Amino acid sequence: MSVVQAQGLGLTFNTNDGPVHALSNVNLTIEKGEFVSFIGPSGCGKTTFLRVIADLEQPTDGTITVNGLSPREAREARGYGYVFQAAGLFPWRTIERNVALPLEIMGYPKVEIAQRIARTLDLVNLKGFEKKFPWQLSGGMQQRASIARALAFDADLLLMDEPFGALDEIVRDHLNEQLLQLWDRTNKTICFVTHSIPEAVYLSTKIVVMSPRPGRVTDVIESTLPKERPLDIRESPEFLAIAARVRDGLRAGHSYDD
Amino acid sequence: MSGLRVSWQGGLAALLALAALLMLPIAEPSAGGPSVTAAILLLVALAIAVDAAPAGTMVRAAALLVGAHAGVYLLLGDLGSVNGAARGAFYLLLVSCWLLAWRLVSVLSSIRAASRTGEVALRLVIPFLFGVWILVLWEAIVRGAGIPFVLLPPPSAIAARIGNSLPILAADVNQTIFKAVLVGYVMGCGAGFLAAIAADRFVFMRRGLLPVGNMVSALPIIGVAPIMVMWFGFDWQSKAAVVVIMTFFPMLVNTGAGLAASGHMERDLMRTYASGYWQTLFKLRLPAAMPFIFNALKINSTLALIGAIVAEFFGTPVVGMGFRISTEVGRMNVDMVWAEIAVAALAGSVFYGVIALLERAVTFWHPSIRGG
Amino acid sequence: MTDRFRDKILPVTAILLAIVAAWYVGAYMLNAPFQRDLDRRAGETPTFSEFVVKTMTQPKPTLPAPHQVAVNFYENTFLRSVTSARSLVYHSWVTLSSTLAGFAMGTLLGIVIAVGIVHVTTLDRSLMPWIITSQTIPILALAPMIIVVLAAVGITGLLPKALISTYLSFFPVAVGMVKGLRSPDAIHLDLMRTYNASKAETFWKLRLPASVPFLFASMKVAVAASLVGAIVGELPTGAVAGIGSKLLSGSYYSQTIDMFAALVAGSVVAVLLVTAVGLTGRIVERAMGARPA
Repeated sequence: MSVVQAQGLGLTFNTNDGPVHALSNVNLTIEKGEFVSFIGPSGCGKTTFLRVIADLEQPTDGTITVNGLSPREAREARGYGYVFQAAGLFPWRTIERNVALPLEIMGYPKVEIAQRIARTLDLVNLKGFEKKFPWQLSGGMQQRASIARALAFDADLLLMDEPFGALDEIVRDHLNEQLLQLWDRTNKTICFVTHSIPEAVYLSTKIVVMSPRPGRVTDVIESTLPKERPLDIRESPEFLAIAARVRDGLRAGHSYDD
Repeated sequence: MSGLRVSWQGGLAALLALAALLMLPIAEPSAGGPSVTAAILLLVALAIAVDAAPAGTMVRAAALLVGAHAGVYLLLGDLGSVNGAARGAFYLLLVSCWLLAWRLVSVLSSIRAASRTGEVALRLVIPFLFGVWILVLWEAIVRGAGIPFVLLPPPSAIAARIGNSLPILAADVNQTIFKAVLVGYVMGCGAGFLAAIAADRFVFMRRGLLPVGNMVSALPIIGVAPIMVMWFGFDWQSKAAVVVIMTFFPMLVNTGAGLAASGHMERDLMRTYASGYWQTLFKLRLPAAMPFIFNALKINSTLALIGAIVAEFFGTPVVGMGFRISTEVGRMNVDMVWAEIAVAALAGSVFYGVIALLERAVTFWHPSIRGG
Repeated sequence: MTDRFRDKILPVTAILLAIVAAWYVGAYMLNAPFQRDLDRRAGETPTFSEFVVKTMTQPKPTLPAPHQVAVNFYENTFLRSVTSARSLVYHSWVTLSSTLAGFAMGTLLGIVIAVGIVHVTTLDRSLMPWIITSQTIPILALAPMIIVVLAAVGITGLLPKALISTYLSFFPVAVGMVKGLRSPDAIHLDLMRTYNASKAETFWKLRLPASVPFLFASMKVAVAASLVGAIVGELPTGAVAGIGSKLLSGSYYSQTIDMFAALVAGSVVAVLLVTAVGLTGRIVERAMGARPA
């Protein structure tokens, strides 16, 4: 069964300046265990698509299923974890209590909460920072804590909306590497929004290229890179070829409205 | 869309109306008789039925509007001029009408107005209905239960008193608002503003004056009222003096904070233009301070009215709103007191409203005004 | 520490000293005409320094000199038994008790209203405009009314004054809490939605903790307003106790020194109350992990 299946998906916002077509006729299937990147200029609907999967926006056209359910049912079944652009940690909770937040809401027993906190903080290399408050951590560490928060409960789908967009490139490289290891270890399905071509190519098994006005999918690229990806794979000819194809796809999308 | 959908307000209203049917008459003696009772029940039933029917929002709103308000109007009329005539059915029907009005507000609240004027109209109508129902319930309970006049007069009596005391009220407003409040407000706000500008020129002054001003703003300054009355006599000058002192500090503190509010980047930009102190002040810092200054102007509009009225408790010539309130309370003419309070409330709201409109015009760029 | 001294304590002290100096000059100028009158009638021709001293020692000066007020305040605060009717401690206590009662009720009411407004659309759209309007009403004008009416039904003493304080203090809390309960970022609200959290969970785990800084900021304003309400509430009743009654009796007998001492007492109470709320807020926020300022 596909994790996400969208058919003829469309979403139109009615604004004061007339209708805005955020998504138009999007057809996409995401299989279990895939790492899918959504790339495109701002306004292309990549974040909107993620929010539709998460039932944070309602589509106006077409159908979409998440784990075979409607997005709403999937959300009510706590079927996914969401990582936002900003870490969005609660400033009045320590790191471990932040990770505990979804577990408290989902009614996990105390003992299990403690085990899961220990396990997920270990997974994102934040051991030893349990008792710190968010402002005592660097931006990269805060974002790792928010990933831990999304991993703490058993959702097989991880939705990430430009999670590293606000970080500098060095930190970003490091986190990308860690994210790949994490994906490998946990075997989750990841949807990842970005506007960095190298990031998309480096991380993904599938790259969805999108373009704006109306927001639509212009190309879907299956990556041929091996699962084992050291950072210097980014200098390999294979990597550069995929990156070039992504860039072409983006350019084609742009010329559309000139 | 088909079939009946009864809201909980409608359902409850229907139950209460049925219960009322068993407990008739509405009032003892009843001014309207059985025909009025039947009309009320019919209106309520009709409103509930239309609301439950698959009709358009506007139709349902209109039915609820008519049902709730015509119903309660007849209900109040049925009391006649006898105080305390209401029976159980009266209250049941009152609550029933009130529930319909609540349902009306919920229906209106759910409307997403297509046009801007519609949106504005909704924003005015909903709170207006709320205000109307406060008055209706006040009137109904005071008259229905026969609460003694001295304790709480019904709104209709207050309105009547306002109607036939206009000259007295006008004289009081002139004395208190147009003399004491306005003069004191302009002088106090002006002085606070200038003091803040002066203090801003010197870092040392700013660091000293602002904490002191902040502390003084929290003090019960109104206590200087008797002293001012002693110094400046009974007439409006002493009240204006109280208003000056009360409005000075909020203006000082807010303007001071506002002048410090412009961002570092903008100030650095002005530096790169080699802009002088006064140019920076007028082109950047004062505009940036405007939201703060208007905040003080709004706070002060209320403080000024309070200051002037309370100062009149300590001695006045035989005119003025505070004077009237304290003497009429002594004579137990509570309707006059309430009339005076209603006028004060109206004056206060108009004063505040004028400043709020000015604020919208001046600080149109601010996120809180743009609605961002 | 030296920075704090240079940037804060020194300028504030300098300003306070300047105010005291201006007060002395003012006392001399305001009291001089009356003193000259007295001297002329008594046929005295004092030297300038004698004259200055005389303007500062009148029993009922127009503007008492700071030291006169200080001496009066000291005597009536520290030298009298706290149960004596002349003790400022006693009067302050009377005012303080109705202030605190009103403040507690007002804060509670404000929080309840704010919770209602944030959660019920009908309330938001119908009540919020009236809450703002309620504050444009010079509510203190209602004070004599409320007290007389409540006295007519047999309610006297602390409660009527406390009700006025309640009315004055609920507003800042209600407005501040509405802001605070709505302060969570869209991200935080979306996050709670992805967890399929209930309204109650969103309230207790997100909205309420996020509103705490707003609550304490508005409580500082509310407690000051509450004190004003209590003092004004004492004016029209012919109350025999409280800072307001002290002011009133002072104005009947032109006891300016007593009035100023009562004002000082009111100010001390205000500063203590605001400081207490501020400190509590700091402690609570620190416990909730706020970055130390």
